[in-house]
Amino acid sequence: MANETMMEKDMQKVTAKQRVIRIISLVLVYAFLILMALIVLFPFYWMLNSSLKSLEEYRWSIPSLFPHKLRFVNYVTAFKAESLSVSLGQLFVNTAYVGIVSTILSLVVTVLSAFAFARLEFKGKNILFAGLLATMMIPGELFTITNYTTVYRFGWTNTFIVLIVPFLVSVFYIYLLRQNFLQIPNELYLAAKVDGTSDIKYLWKVMIPLSLPTLISITILKMMGAWNSYIWPRLVANDGAHSLITNGLRNAFTDTAGDIDYPVQMAAVALVSLPLFLVFIFLRKYIMKGVSRSGIKG
Amino acid sequence: MVDSKQQWKAWLYLAPAIVLLLIFTVWPIINTVRISFLEGYNAMSAVNGAHFKFGFGNFKKVVEYRGFATCLKNTMLLCVLTVPISTFLALLIAVCLNSIKPLNRLLQTIYFLPYVTNSIAIGMVFAAMFKIVGFSVEGIEQSTSLGIVNNILAVFGAGPVNWMNQGSSYGANIAVMTIYIVWNALPFKILILLGGLQSVNKQYYDAAKVDGTSKVRVFFRITVPLLSPMIAYVVITGFIGGFKEYTSIIGLFGENMGPVGSGADKPLNTMVGFIYDSIELHQGRAGAAALILFGIILVVTLLNLYVSKKRVHY
Repeated sequence: MANETMMEKDMQKVTAKQRVIRIISLVLVYAFLILMALIVLFPFYWMLNSSLKSLEEYRWSIPSLFPHKLRFVNYVTAFKAESLSVSLGQLFVNTAYVGIVSTILSLVVTVLSAFAFARLEFKGKNILFAGLLATMMIPGELFTITNYTTVYRFGWTNTFIVLIVPFLVSVFYIYLLRQNFLQIPNELYLAAKVDGTSDIKYLWKVMIPLSLPTLISITILKMMGAWNSYIWPRLVANDGAHSLITNGLRNAFTDTAGDIDYPVQMAAVALVSLPLFLVFIFLRKYIMKGVSRSGIKG
Repeated sequence: MVDSKQQWKAWLYLAPAIVLLLIFTVWPIINTVRISFLEGYNAMSAVNGAHFKFGFGNFKKVVEYRGFATCLKNTMLLCVLTVPISTFLALLIAVCLNSIKPLNRLLQTIYFLPYVTNSIAIGMVFAAMFKIVGFSVEGIEQSTSLGIVNNILAVFGAGPVNWMNQGSSYGANIAVMTIYIVWNALPFKILILLGGLQSVNKQYYDAAKVDGTSKVRVFFRITVPLLSPMIAYVVITGFIGGFKEYTSIIGLFGENMGPVGSGADKPLNTMVGFIYDSIELHQGRAGAAALILFGIILVVTLLNLYVSKKRVHY
């Protein structure tokens, strides 16, 4: 009897000890996660904080954690930026144009090819598809070298075509959409055929609505790609009139003496980052889904 | 049954994709390999009818070129530093995130934010955080900001460090690049690892709990083995990404690929940077460098696959 109560007390002690350990480890986990989150967020905070300061305040030896006087005028200056050959506004328009046109065309091409691979039977289908997938292993730089001379021969340099056409087809997007199309039962297609529905109508009314999440993921990844592209535009469209946002950003805001107007530069960086954040906030689910399947940035 | 109507319809639908792929994907593969074996190939003179000798001259030139050794060293160093650090941190964060309920979604969103950024733009923010900003008027030093990172270090009694200004050390430059690349690489890795964790069978953990296994042991004996396919995946993609590092360094240091006023020519250049530097005038050399890069990536990937085949469970 006495022995039993002793054991019970021991048990209680153990559970109390366990509870303390659990609480401590939970506190540690939260402390770690919040610390990491602050580190992740810090550059964004510093960008906004710096972008609203005057250059004089930016140079203080003890930095202010919040601007003394909010200088929204930095954003206006950044938008007009004299050091750019074209204004930031024009670069926004250029980038949006390239992004939208290349996304729409890319979606059309991708949908048609994915449909052919998923629904139609033709000779050499599997070999062709495997061949396409194999090209995904090759680093993009290998393509760029020849494409650079190709677009020169076509006379496409310093046009919007050169920024849109060479990257219109992505094997990865075709693959992604084909997988999605394959999940739609074939009976639906056969039934539509019996009813005399055309392929295009069937695609439009059945396939596309059913694979909308994948199409949205592709759209976002493609738009982000245009927004972030830097190397290709620098090589083949560097005349200013066709420059994209990232190219303008990197080389601006340095005066002839080599001094950088950091607050204005940070304001420009914030302006460039904002659209991406807006898209992310509204379409978080699709982006994260698309990225977890792609594994490639941009 | 394959009917002929479906045949030509399929090719019709595939036509735009195939035409574009032939011009911008298939032809480049053939042509880039071809020109990398034509010594001193240059597209301009090729148009004018010049002939080039077949041989390994371009590869020899690339390997012997002094700048190439620098690029290779920088790229390797960044890979070796950033992949383990970011994978370990991402794993830790994912495991912690998976063990909590409140704030989970908010934290997940925050951790994903670096992904939806422009690597040039945020590179400039990191540069602003690490840079010392000062100016002199007629030889008198005016108010100077050491940069917020040095300010934070000062709170702990450390620093200041010349991270990336004129005269900064190679080690300091590499440290800045490593920090930025890890920050940038975390979101993708956390996303993949967290997805993996969520599909792990809870029974293993319950069994461990019954046995009274310690948390550390559970982590190394259950979590890591069960996650090993995802870990292998993020390590492989991490290496591939690391070997292609380029724009993030332009974001930090600008087109000079090095601290302002450093004597050397592009001291922080990478393999991809080397390719793009030769693309305008020496396409043969660029092709050779691209093939070398492809070879390295292939070898590292196969090596990773070999190791993970031995280590990865399932």
